[in-house]
Amino acid sequence: MNMVFDWTVSFAQLCFALAMTCAAIRMLLGPSAQDRVLAFDTLYLNGMLTLLMLGIRSSTLFFLEIALLIALFGFVGSVALAKFLLRGEVIEP
Amino acid sequence: MTGADLPLWATIPAALLLVIGGLLTLIGSAGLLRLSSFFARMHAPTLGSTLGTGCVLIASMLVSSAFAHRPMLHELLITGFIAMTSPMTAILLMHAARRRSRPSAR
Repeated sequence: MNMVFDWTVSFAQLCFALAMTCAAIRMLLGPSAQDRVLAFDTLYLNGMLTLLMLGIRSSTLFFLEIALLIALFGFVGSVALAKFLLRGEVIEP
Repeated sequence: MTGADLPLWATIPAALLLVIGGLLTLIGSAGLLRLSSFFARMHAPTLGSTLGTGCVLIASMLVSSAFAHRPMLHELLITGFIAMTSPMTAILLMHAARRRSRPSAR
């Protein structure tokens, strides 16, 4: 049963790695700028899930804090990029 | 190692949730790669950011509670944060795409 769980964690890691590859390809060949921002959003979310898989595999808690930090900074980055696309500047006077 | 003394009540739901979450996230990102226009591509990764993230975080909560022999609710922080912030990013991106695809605003 435990071996089944190990294989499950490996399968989920493989899924997230393939999802990150899809997002990276879309970020490279996205025709417009908002496609690239959307691909960046997907990319950091999948990276956060991959770190959570590492946390399950090693059964420690500090991967959770790294995942929370990735979610925080990814949100700040993608909102800043989307705001730049929307208005032309990030922080308006 | 991972499943050293993981009890059965935590192993089976966690494994099912991990498989479901991984497949949903992969389907969402493949949709991001395959769909044709930006307004169709907008919908696909939300599958991963809502259901995929929720399934994986519930599975992580189950596993860490089973290891620590007490309820561990740290993952609710990440779930709440993702559930609050991903619609805001989507709304801003949709506004930007609508404004940029309109020819008079250029």
